[in-house]
This record gives sequence, C-alpha cells and structure tokens, in this order.
Amino acid sequence: MILDIIINGLIGGSIYALLAIGFSLIYGIARIVNLAHTAFYMVASYCIFVGTSKLGIHPGWAMLAAVFLVTLLGLISYKLFIDPIREHEAAVLIATIALAIALQEVMLLIFTGDYLSVPSLIDGYRTIFRVKVFNQQMLTFGAALAILAALWLLLKKTRLGLAIRSSAVAREVATLMGMNESRVAMITMGISVGLAALTGAVIVPLTTLSPFMWMPPMIMMMAVVVLGGMGSIKGSFAGGYILGFAESLVVFLIPMGAFLKGSVALSIMILVLVIRPQGLFGIAFEEER
Amino acid sequence: MGFYLRKLFTIFKGEVLVLPSRVAVLLFFLVLLLLPVVSQDPYLLRILILTSIFAIFAASWDLLSGFTGQMNFGHALFFGVGAYSAALLNLHAHLPPWGSIPLGALAAVLAGLIIGIPCLRLRGTYLALTTLAFPIILMGVVFAIPQVTGGELGISGLARISGSRLGDYYITTVLMLGLCTIMWKITDSNTGIIFHAIREDELAVRTAGINTTRYKLLAFCLSGFFAGISGGLYAHFMRIAGPSTLEVSMSFTVVIWAIFGGIVTIYGPVAAVFILFPLLEFFRFWPEFRMLMFALVILFILLYMPNGLIPWIRDKIETECPRCKIRNVATRKTCRVCTAALD
Repeated sequence: MILDIIINGLIGGSIYALLAIGFSLIYGIARIVNLAHTAFYMVASYCIFVGTSKLGIHPGWAMLAAVFLVTLLGLISYKLFIDPIREHEAAVLIATIALAIALQEVMLLIFTGDYLSVPSLIDGYRTIFRVKVFNQQMLTFGAALAILAALWLLLKKTRLGLAIRSSAVAREVATLMGMNESRVAMITMGISVGLAALTGAVIVPLTTLSPFMWMPPMIMMMAVVVLGGMGSIKGSFAGGYILGFAESLVVFLIPMGAFLKGSVALSIMILVLVIRPQGLFGIAFEEER
Repeated sequence: MGFYLRKLFTIFKGEVLVLPSRVAVLLFFLVLLLLPVVSQDPYLLRILILTSIFAIFAASWDLLSGFTGQMNFGHALFFGVGAYSAALLNLHAHLPPWGSIPLGALAAVLAGLIIGIPCLRLRGTYLALTTLAFPIILMGVVFAIPQVTGGELGISGLARISGSRLGDYYITTVLMLGLCTIMWKITDSNTGIIFHAIREDELAVRTAGINTTRYKLLAFCLSGFFAGISGGLYAHFMRIAGPSTLEVSMSFTVVIWAIFGGIVTIYGPVAAVFILFPLLEFFRFWPEFRMLMFALVILFILLYMPNGLIPWIRDKIETECPRCKIRNVATRKTCRVCTAALD
C-alpha cells in the first residue's frame, strides 16, 4: 500500500514535472500560454502506437521517430498559427485551444475513439518488499529523471541555455545584448514540444491511448505550473511531485478517491496560492505596466 | 403629440440610420422578434433558443474578463452553479422556473464571491489558470455525492420554461436582448469606465482613490449573476442539469466565442455566438468533421483578425472622426458632426 502510493506518486509526479517544465519554458520566453502542449503529447503517443503496432519497428526507434516528428509538427504549427498573432495574447490563447481541438479531431478521424495500448519496452517485474513493481514503471521513472537532468544541463551549462534563461528574465535587455529573440523563441518552442513528445514516449506503455487523453494531464500540468511559480523550472519540478503524491494519496486512502483526486490536487494549489500568490518558487514581479 | 413623434423620427433618422452598426443592431432585434411570424419550425426555434442562452453566457464572460481584464477560465462554474441550483430548487422546493432561475443566479453570485475573494490577489495568467480549477473541483464533488446531484446522469425531469416551444423562444430571446442591453448599459456607465480603467492600469485607478478590490468583486458578482441566469435557463430548457455544464470544454467554448467575436464590446460575443453556434449545427451534415471545421475556422479567422471578427468588420464599415471622435460611415468624405475631413 505505502509502496504503491510512493510508486504512483513518483511516476505521476515525474510526468507532471516534465509536462510543466515544457509548458513553463515557452511561457517564460515568449509569454505564450500553450494550451495545446499536452495535445502534442497525445500525438506523440499515437505516433509510437503506429510505429510499434502498424509498422512493427522496435519501440525504442518508434519513440525517437515520434519525438522528431512531433517536434517538427510543433514548429510548423507555431510558425503557421501562433507566430503571426503573438502580439495578441488573447488570440494566441484561443488559437492554441483551437489547435488542440483540431489535433484531437484529426486523431479521432484516423484512429477512432477506441482505447489502444502500446507494448512495454521491457517486460517482467521484480518484487521489492513483497510489492510487485513492473520494470516498465522503473524505466519510466528513470527516463523521466534522466530527461530532467539533461534539461537542467542544457539550461545551466550551455550558451543556448543562457540565452533562453536571459530572454525569460528580461526580453528587451536580451534583445539589446544581441540575442535573436524570435529565433530563441522558435528554439524554445521546439524544446518545449520535444519535451511534451518525450513525456508521451516514456508514459505511453503505462497508459491507454485515446484522442481525449490530453485534457486531464493538461489541467494538472497548469496546476503544477501555477503552484510552482510561472517560469520557474525548480518550482515546476517541486510542484509536479507535490501534486503527483497528493493524487496518489487521495486515490489510495479516500473512498471514491478516483473522482476526487483532481479536486483535492487543485484545492491544494488554490490553498498555496492564497498564501503565496506568486506560487512556491515564483518571483513576485513588479506590476507590468 | 405630433411634435414628439416628429422629434422621435428625427432622432431615429439622425442617430440610428446614419451608422451601419446601429442599423445592424436594429435589424437584429427586429429579425429575432419577428422570426416566428415567418417560420415556427421547432428545430430552428430550438437552435435559436440555445443560441440566445449561450449569448447571455458569452456576454457575461466579456463583462468580467473583457472589461476588467480578470481572465476567467472557469466561467462554466457560474453556468453550472446556476443550472444545478435551479434544478435542485425546482425539484425539491417545487419552485416554478421564474423563481428558481433568479435564485439559481443568486447562488452563482455567491459562487462569484467565494472564488472572487481568493482570486483577488492573483493576476494575469495565474488568475486564468486558477479559475480553471474551480469548476473541476466542483465537478469532482458532484461525482462524489451522486445521491444529491445525480452523479454522471445529472438531475432530470425539471419543469419547462413555458408551455410551448414558441413561449420558450420569446422568453429566452427577450431575456437575452434585455440582459445584453443591461450589460451593455453597465459597461457604458461610470462603473463600466472604472472596469475599463482597471484593465488598462490598475495601479493608476488605485492612485485615483478608487477601491479596485470592491469593483473587481462587483464584476465577479455581476458576471456570475448573468451567467447563472443563462445556466438556469439552460437547465430548464433542456430539463436536465448534468455535469456537462461544468466541463472544461464549456469554459473554453465561452472564451472561444468571446475572443472570436471581439472582447470589450458585449455585442461582439453575442454576435459570435449567433454566428458560431448555428454554424456548428450546420456542420452536423458531416458529423465526423464538425469539431475539426470549427477549430479550423477559428484558427484561420484569428490569423487575419486577431482582435476579433466584429471589431474588424466595424472598422471596415465605419471610420472615427479624427477631430471629434464620432463614428461615421466609411463612405463619407467629411464628418457628419464637425465636418472635418475624414481619411
């Protein structure tokens, strides 16, 4: 029971953290609230399904191809629909919703609404303290940590990371220092969508696929971002695990928990915000005028 | 008597007929009110009733989020609270619709106060994403206590708004026209100007000695009231209040309508609902492609008119006089009031 809670919390938390970091990156740099973020995660999962079940290639290669294709799709849709209207925040908002709905409908047309599943990368399980832990669960958790570490290295140790972080802090100053703002935004969009696709790749063997699978994680992802503080990578990381554990505690400990897990997690977010309006690790910005 | 009639006619000619947008509003009122004379097709009336209900809903979003800039992504909360309260009052207290709908709207005002108070400290995107959470929390509660709320099935078997489809049509249409006019009047009043100012620069408004907290709460309550009425109407028209009224897609749809039509106008969202909702019905001929077409229409229209459809059209057919700021038909060479040259 306790180990079940821990495993579910760790996996759920890692997924939320990965999604939230991608979402918060593009918000931090380009002020784009990309509500289609998890729709790309859904598309990536379907790409892997096609790769493994229809074309019969190894799941590992299917995942790489999916990440590449979805990143490309993300960049194309950014150039076509988001970039021309970036100055109008409200318009960007509903353009991303419309994009998410369009992707969902396309998937619905191609694959119908049936629940599909993808074989796991490695089979079998091991027993830890008399609790069955599937190897795939361990792999998912490990992969999520590895991606987070790689992202941390990219942001903190490379010149590109420096450009991204400085554009997030002060866009105008970064432009004055000779950084190509629109190119940084483009690259960040690529990284962000790539992260969504990677998240889809690591979680897909553990879930069932449906065209509507993007909605629940999107809401939790936004809760994580708000809880941790907008644009703060550390905050998204901490917030992801807090809400992941909160959900798994509610599911295992409270009767009817499966219905209430979202409610409890979101109530935690609201409680934190009432005490700290800028989120856990967010910086209280001077009022933007 | 004749004098007043002639005066009225002069005002009508000088103030209404000179501007295409005002003529359009007049025609809109007339067509809606006289439509049953031409056709009483129950399907057509049904679509128009739902359109009217959602027009109130979209305009109420604009009143809060468009005018004060408090982006509310959980507007379905008001709709759902209005619908569920009206349903519970109707079923258990046996109140007729004319009693349960306003009381349901008051419950939505209460909901506006409850979510407004914690949200006052948040701004911008934080506010948007936090408000998104409230209907989802309520939905979890609805599912967790099915003995009261009916769970997934909702509360069904409510009283009809009136005896006939035609009666329903006139009640909802007249209510829609009336409530939207009231909302438009509110935004045109002193309060409305303060709402505008809060969106543009809240700090400056506070510096001017205005209690912005109170006005933001007022906006939440007003918007909740109108959205609650639309929720109650919806529940009584469909005769069911179900969890679909609280869904995320409901909150998103109202944002899509309002931004598509052009925010900070009230008439924009109303017009957008009257365009998009029947359009969605029209796409029913190709059921698989329905939502896809809807999404694509929005994406492409936004590419060319990021400020919304109606302000774009209005800018094409009317120009503002550079000297006296009065609007003129685009075909005029000089201003109709101060005769300054228009360009």
